[in-house]
Amino acid sequence: MKTLLILGAGTGGTMVANRMTELLDTNEWRIVIIDRDETHYYQPGFLFIPFGTYKPEDVIKPKRNFLPPTVEVIFSDIEMIEPDENRVRLAKEGQVIYYDYLVIATGSHIHPEETEGMVNGGWQKNIFDFYTLDGATALSRFLRTWDGGRLVVNVAEMPIKCPVAPLEFLFLADAFFHERGIRNKVDLVYATPLPGAFTKPIASKKLGDMLERKNILLETDFNIGEVDSNKNVIRSWDEREIEYDLLVTVPTNMGADVIERSGMGDELNFVPIDKFTLQSDGWENIFVIGDAGNAPTSKAGSVAHFMLDVVVENILRHIEGLPLKPDFDGHANCYIESGFGKGILIDFNYETEPLPGKFPLPGIGPFSLLQESVANHWGKMSFRWIYWNVLLKGRKMPIESQMSMAGKWT
Amino acid sequence: MTTTATRDILDTVEFDEGGFMVDPHAWTPEIAEAIAEREGLELTERHWVVIHFARDEFAKNGEAPTLRRITKTTDVSTKEIYKLFPGGPAKVAAKIAGLGKPTGCI
Repeated sequence: MKTLLILGAGTGGTMVANRMTELLDTNEWRIVIIDRDETHYYQPGFLFIPFGTYKPEDVIKPKRNFLPPTVEVIFSDIEMIEPDENRVRLAKEGQVIYYDYLVIATGSHIHPEETEGMVNGGWQKNIFDFYTLDGATALSRFLRTWDGGRLVVNVAEMPIKCPVAPLEFLFLADAFFHERGIRNKVDLVYATPLPGAFTKPIASKKLGDMLERKNILLETDFNIGEVDSNKNVIRSWDEREIEYDLLVTVPTNMGADVIERSGMGDELNFVPIDKFTLQSDGWENIFVIGDAGNAPTSKAGSVAHFMLDVVVENILRHIEGLPLKPDFDGHANCYIESGFGKGILIDFNYETEPLPGKFPLPGIGPFSLLQESVANHWGKMSFRWIYWNVLLKGRKMPIESQMSMAGKWT
Repeated sequence: MTTTATRDILDTVEFDEGGFMVDPHAWTPEIAEAIAEREGLELTERHWVVIHFARDEFAKNGEAPTLRRITKTTDVSTKEIYKLFPGGPAKVAAKIAGLGKPTGCI
């Protein structure tokens, strides 16, 4: 009996478990998946919690519901990965699991303690994150009674999970305060380490213009050095100061601690991989899906989904002794909520930055690319159903894993 | 003001529109001194810790290191590196080390 071991039962790990169950002969293969947490979080939904659009119960379900019965599920912390020995040590009862193939899907996580002064003082009093269910829920409570002031959204360091999320938060905040009739009492500021509103030039210009239209102040090249909770200012390494009454932070994102403990990560605990085959640089029987790896693309569920076909195909090829396919192109596809019931859609990969145009989606689309539309908003809102019912099960979606130029204006 | 000697050295080197050297292999310590002078910096031993590290990383991985990689791997702290290379340390250090722009952000 051979073993395929999957670390992490989030978006990426769950999809791999479902797809592999259909493809591997269960008389020959045992599939084991390990996660520390029994709850599956619909992370794209966290964004809507501060504004009361979603409640915590809208974004959680038991992980077990999304895994096939033939997969062995173990809920435990992972003590150590020992890739030279092909084994993983678990915290639970000191279990050791030997594997033939390992898929790392341990994700990325926020580390507010990486920024000096962030977690002592104002943390969860007037400093919040919305990348955890706890943080988003606490911020929702705070916003219900806040009567205005200076709201600063700050990205501590790149890369972050879902790089459009801070912009969406600001667009939704603008609409939220308008609807509550206090927009004139709120200053909105976006302080980012990037030289513009977004990572790629055309989208950066478009989104920058939108910030300006919505009267949201943009502070670029701001690399946060510390939070001063006594004065309620954030200070950059080059000693610029930004005052806040409410600080919404996107803290440093890092790969799982076990990656660092096992000596398998880069300086942010992301596992170095071949960005086209998704095989780890260090070990040929280890593949990485989603934001646990260091592929230079967005850290987002859509990307994990587009990686799925390539990861699965390449594991099967490696089992059969065939050369791997360098087929992952960095494809990302993100709906950006822009407030007032509208949204924007961007579609891009390693080579092609987000472009304007029409996105043809059989049966549902077309959606407008890089411009606001009501349909894009409904695309985003219906995605929650698609996520739970189609995507996690590893089923085919009516969208190719490789980016297409169809409909894009060049 | 750049000296005549510096101008002479810089004249022999090809830069892209961002001021980064086009061919990292053509780099020499003398070129580094000249680029630094153009950037208004005088290189100390601490600058060289960062520059040598960046060159070694490039030799190993083919790209300039991110700020976090420099501060995690060397004994230069983030605070110090901002003092050494004001105005975007990873970028300025890469420039002086004759490397392309670091690809840290996605």
